[in-house]
Amino acid sequence: MTTVPAPIHSTSDPRMGLGERLHGWAVSVDHKRLGIMYIAAGLIFFVIAGLEATLMRLQLIAPLNDVLTPQGFNQMFTMHGTTMVFLVGMPVLLGFGNYLIPLMIGARDMAFPRLNAFGLWLFVFGGILLYYSWIGGDGLYGLGGAPDTGWFAYSPLTSKAFSVGHATDYWILGIMVSGFGSMTTAINFIATILCMRCPGMTMMRMPLFVWLMLTVAILVLVALPVLTGAQVMLLLDRFLGAHFFDPQQEGSVILWQHLFWFFGHPEVYILVLPAFGFISEIIPVFSRKVIFGYPLMVAATVSIAFISLGVWAHHMFVIGMPPWLNSLFAASTFLIAVPTGMKMFNWIGTMWGGRIRFDTPMLFATGFLVMFLFGGLTGIMLAVVPFDWQLSDSYFVVGHFHYVLFGGTILAVFAAIFYWFPKAFGRMLSEPMGQWTFWLLMIGLTLVFLPMHMSGILGMPRRVYTYQPGRGFEIWNLISTIGVPFQIAAVLLLVINVVKSLKSGRVAGPDPWDAWTLEWETASPPPSENFRKIPTCTSARPLWDRKHPEDPDSNYE
Amino acid sequence: MAIAGAAFGALPEICATTGGDLPNTTGEPGNVVLPSILDPHSPPARLIRELSWLVLGICAGLFVLVEGMIFYGVVKYRRRRDDKTKDEPRQVYGSNPVEIAWTIIPLLIVFVLTLTTVRTIRSIELTQPPADALHVVAIGHQWWWEYRYPDPDGTGGEVIVANEMHVPVNRPVWVRLESADVIHSWWVPALTGKTDLLPNHTNHTWFNAENEGIYLGQCAEYCGNQHAGMLLRVVATQPEEFDAWLRAQAAPTVHDTTVAEGREIFQEFACSNCHTVKGVSDGQFAPDLTHLMSRQTIASGVAPLDAATLKAWIADPQILKPGCNMPSLQLDPQELDAVTSYLLTLR
Repeated sequence: MTTVPAPIHSTSDPRMGLGERLHGWAVSVDHKRLGIMYIAAGLIFFVIAGLEATLMRLQLIAPLNDVLTPQGFNQMFTMHGTTMVFLVGMPVLLGFGNYLIPLMIGARDMAFPRLNAFGLWLFVFGGILLYYSWIGGDGLYGLGGAPDTGWFAYSPLTSKAFSVGHATDYWILGIMVSGFGSMTTAINFIATILCMRCPGMTMMRMPLFVWLMLTVAILVLVALPVLTGAQVMLLLDRFLGAHFFDPQQEGSVILWQHLFWFFGHPEVYILVLPAFGFISEIIPVFSRKVIFGYPLMVAATVSIAFISLGVWAHHMFVIGMPPWLNSLFAASTFLIAVPTGMKMFNWIGTMWGGRIRFDTPMLFATGFLVMFLFGGLTGIMLAVVPFDWQLSDSYFVVGHFHYVLFGGTILAVFAAIFYWFPKAFGRMLSEPMGQWTFWLLMIGLTLVFLPMHMSGILGMPRRVYTYQPGRGFEIWNLISTIGVPFQIAAVLLLVINVVKSLKSGRVAGPDPWDAWTLEWETASPPPSENFRKIPTCTSARPLWDRKHPEDPDSNYE
Repeated sequence: MAIAGAAFGALPEICATTGGDLPNTTGEPGNVVLPSILDPHSPPARLIRELSWLVLGICAGLFVLVEGMIFYGVVKYRRRRDDKTKDEPRQVYGSNPVEIAWTIIPLLIVFVLTLTTVRTIRSIELTQPPADALHVVAIGHQWWWEYRYPDPDGTGGEVIVANEMHVPVNRPVWVRLESADVIHSWWVPALTGKTDLLPNHTNHTWFNAENEGIYLGQCAEYCGNQHAGMLLRVVATQPEEFDAWLRAQAAPTVHDTTVAEGREIFQEFACSNCHTVKGVSDGQFAPDLTHLMSRQTIASGVAPLDAATLKAWIADPQILKPGCNMPSLQLDPQELDAVTSYLLTLR
């Protein structure tokens, strides 16, 4: 084994001044630095979107409250949703892909390092452009205003007639620009994964995370251009008087929904499949077992992606589609539960008979299983068309997708942060603080999002800035808001943990978790170019083979 | 962005004077049906609840099973504190029979769910109006509802009302859904699931109110600034009572000479550009006011309709419902009194 290097990022020289070091990061084309910057920028937006959510919860703590104006509330939920999907979910997950893919497949960098930097800075610029709408949104007339038409931007609410000023234009351009960034990153992932694997790493020996990111990259390339196209059409409507979506001129308001959800549904899987990847890496290591049913996991991944392209209209069950079309999209949506269920069972199968260590990453991974299952099952319920007729666009849906995206993706991201932090910075995060973060987050999550299912069932629609007293919504909204401080505390604790560990955390060494994939073979943090010598791969768990020459995995392939 | 502002501005004070909740005409507290999907009063809502119990049962079963497996696994296979062994547990790479089983069984569950779903869709989603149905046209506006009853007395006329839909009990109601501007959604959970109202497109929904009562609901598709203030009320009464209501709505306006001044102001100011009072003005943009005082609420259900609220509303609608499309006309106190007195005669 190599000696433990000084726990500073390998390519920064401590003798450099702050300016020089920042400059070094800004011009870097190293996939590791870009990955870290992606994640850091995403987490900054996570805090902003969290503040927006907090304001919304404060407004809804009691009926007829006036913390926010109606327009202010509408801007908050629009910006919260848009930020979470485009400026938190995608960049953080793509950031992990950026950081980990070359390390996991034993490559020196991504296939196109400069394109990689281009993608990051496009995303950052797109985010700034979106938030600039607070200043420039209403053009010359007022103080500006953020978009307030929802992250789904349904026509004709986004047409010039109903959305005056430039808020919607900032929404379109900001997302379009950051979307171009995501597309270049996706291309880079595909090229890297297909062309740059180390000797011996066949497709069926890739870590599952790499499989999932490959699938996600393909989904990004199929789905995101459709959104971009729709946004171009909307821009033409708004600026040049085209009328794709203008009902007064025989345009179709449904067309936008088809285009948007053809992107929007796969987007959910773009946000959740990388989380599956994290979980598929973490559960085996902490259970001390090989992943159960690797080929089935790969097959399930690919089929989830494939089916996810054919279910978009389940977001449109209430627009008055004919019964056969409703039935078709219900059936395809149910079908997606089958490969997702396989994954669930295979993760449990991996834990079965293991010797499970509950370090913080594993705690979060278990929390993911518990919470994501709940979100998945309410998803099945919403695929039941008549049930959806009652509960689409109600708080039940808000509860459902927060269980999927917060209880799923965000918990998995926390697991990933605790798991790979020692690799990236050479120091361990604090275990006790990690455990506190976990329990605070679980309590917060349950308090905030579980009651939403009830307020939905009692008839509370989503996207309302207030509600009438005496309809039974009060208690559930109160509980929801009470949960917010727990989540804030959890995030603060993580920030403190990271700052403390960077300074004085326990030195990690190359392989602190006794793991099996190639990123743990190189130093922590990895040197530039990643490996002193390009590693070789003899099975899906190359480090297992090296640690257990008496019983290598390659015997079972 | 102005953070501090009013949400349904003056409403808390107004509600305080009426007992904290919206009024209902009969005074029986039990007569208001809350918008819960668990309390159906119409066949579609009942079918949905039955299906919901079934689906909830299946999902709850799966939930208990899988969470049970997770917790059992976590407890049974956790590494004990005193476990110092360095050996790895037995490596299991997969098992074909097990994996086939947990592919086939979910497929069967999915198959059952699909069949039940399709059956319920077919029994709820009608393409033709039921026999003997009452036809109503519902038109969504930013941010209020317009209801049109075609041919109330067999002479080919039309009754137009706003925000409160009246129906007879135990008779199917076939609602044609249209939108005047953006997308809205008609949702009264106790009667039926929601259906969108789309511009340039016609949808239908139906229900059959089985009990008398005031059924509450609200717009369920985000439609702009005052989406939250676009509340729904369906008033179901005995057929005779409904017929009387429809006749009253079809009757011409009574001209009360004592409020002539108020009527003139109504006509001279912008009121008449947007509001219709039959025989006085014919604005199309805002609710028909011909029989205004026969309604229980104002501003599509956000406040009870009485003299004080009405006056406050005319003085400045933006305080009661910030962002709504009705401007404050800056009437002086005398004009305000006159217009209010006039509107109070529109019964």
